[in-house]
Amino acid sequence: MAQGVLVFAEQIDGSFRKVAYESLSEGRRLADALGETLTGVVLGSGIEEIAGELAKYGADTILVGDDPGLADYTTDAYTNVLFDIVKDNDPRILLLGASSRGKDLSARLTARLGSGLAMECTSLRLDGDNLIATRPMFGGKILAEVALGGTPQVAAIRPNVMEIIEVAKAADVERVAVNTGVVKTRVVEKRIETASKVDLTEADVIVSGGRGMGGPDFSVLEELAEVLGGTIGASRSAVDEGWRPHSDQVGQTGKVVSPNLYIACGISGAIQHLAGMGTSKCIVAINKDPEAPIFKRADYGIVEDLFKVVPAITAELKKQKD
Amino acid sequence: MTNDDNSERSRKVDIVVLLKQVPDTETLIQIADDKASIKTEDVKWVINPYDEFAVEEALRIKEKHGGGKVTILTMGPERAVESIRTALAMGADEGILIDDPAVEGSDALGTAKVLAAALRETSYNLILAGQRAVDDDGYQVPAAVAEQLGIPQVSMVIKEEISDGRILCECTVEGGTVVVETELPALLTTQKGINEPRYASLPGIMKAKKKPLVKKTLADLGVDPSEVGVSGAKCKVVTLSFPPERSPGKIIEGEAIEDKAAELVRLLREEAKVI
Repeated sequence: MAQGVLVFAEQIDGSFRKVAYESLSEGRRLADALGETLTGVVLGSGIEEIAGELAKYGADTILVGDDPGLADYTTDAYTNVLFDIVKDNDPRILLLGASSRGKDLSARLTARLGSGLAMECTSLRLDGDNLIATRPMFGGKILAEVALGGTPQVAAIRPNVMEIIEVAKAADVERVAVNTGVVKTRVVEKRIETASKVDLTEADVIVSGGRGMGGPDFSVLEELAEVLGGTIGASRSAVDEGWRPHSDQVGQTGKVVSPNLYIACGISGAIQHLAGMGTSKCIVAINKDPEAPIFKRADYGIVEDLFKVVPAITAELKKQKD
Repeated sequence: MTNDDNSERSRKVDIVVLLKQVPDTETLIQIADDKASIKTEDVKWVINPYDEFAVEEALRIKEKHGGGKVTILTMGPERAVESIRTALAMGADEGILIDDPAVEGSDALGTAKVLAAALRETSYNLILAGQRAVDDDGYQVPAAVAEQLGIPQVSMVIKEEISDGRILCECTVEGGTVVVETELPALLTTQKGINEPRYASLPGIMKAKKKPLVKKTLADLGVDPSEVGVSGAKCKVVTLSFPPERSPGKIIEGEAIEDKAAELVRLLREEAKVI
């Protein structure tokens, strides 16, 4: 009979994604509630050294699939290998992080397993043995509670929402046999701006600009983001104007984010934007227009020209740092 | 440079676009009395914005490669005809609507089963779909269709190039992009940035009225109704709710701009404790 919780812990070039730790911590909680074990799975090439790190987040066993064919993520190879691991281990619950690759992988894998999948979950609970997941729909306008069927029950965890809990314990690290199978896709090139840029979905602080920016010069926001260790975001209007790349867009047709601190500058707060950042822990709105809907959602608001107040905030933060 | 007839024909790509009709993103979503679905009255229905990119990309591939057929495939109720007609008015050649009461409540796997059954009866080298539908935000149906058909998938594509039966795709991932190559037939999901969808022209709208739009039921496709719909679903909505309301916060007052800035920093540090 299916037993235990299996967590796929995504790593890229030898570093785990933050959501891997979040998923493991959540997996530990579920495994404890069921009185069952937590197994972490790492796939990649030359990753045996980092695999042990997962013990810190509660894994009892860590399975390592180390193979040159897994050096780059391809849907085919990762689905084939993870499918075999799931079949061999027969877990009750499978968790993955809902990163770009995690979404691609979980969707393909569950179609092969014939399992239900709850995508981008923000919380999980058990109803007896059944996993019930809460997930936003309509870009965050609605929360749905969904019940999962099939074995395993599969949930992909939205990055930046669940708590990371470190525990002091040891884990068994086991290497598993890898058969990458038929692989029809091949990564030709990677164009990644490395550590300098934290993805919006994983950022702790986001400084976002909208139509009020008036043009592509976001330097005042970039300076504030730098002192806060934050990432730049943008409203749909700023992206549609061509001021920022699509990858910066926050909202129903962009990225849904939930940082600790979201600073909206010159953003009026269209319903699609509010849906995309509404789960941020603290929202600051800076806008000249006191009637802007964003103020209704903000914890703190300043009615002022952003080009005056943002540099003043940056200066205040710098002053306190010195 | 000239191409002979043979190579010209071999370059043609038949494309099927998976299209879903969804509530416009401007729509205020209301929860229905059953607490498990949304109210469908007073909703403005549109083509899923990510699927619009898929339609546009299909038309561009057709134009570039001098032919091939673009088919729109939709599962949905009668009202979805309007969205299919819009895609036909943009320039697609044919539409297929799978309209059957038994599909109501299908999860992603059920939907994929129905779409795959229809695709098995259709000629294609390439399937395009939006990276997600902005109603259920599931991200699953395209991958599940590709799995059912046993073809490769490439997600979140912002650029593609087809040559000699292969396709090269640039895809967005966290922190940048990757370029992936695969063979045709394949399924791609389109991401914002791939193109700017065209508007339907008036002559396009007139022409669309005469373009073939076939309606099919599960019986036509040979799909067992018990495998789809609510009865076959492995991911079922139990309840819908609204996210907790945020109470409107504090407007920071002050004489000088510097005072307001200092007060905000103090609140973020001492009250919200986020910096």
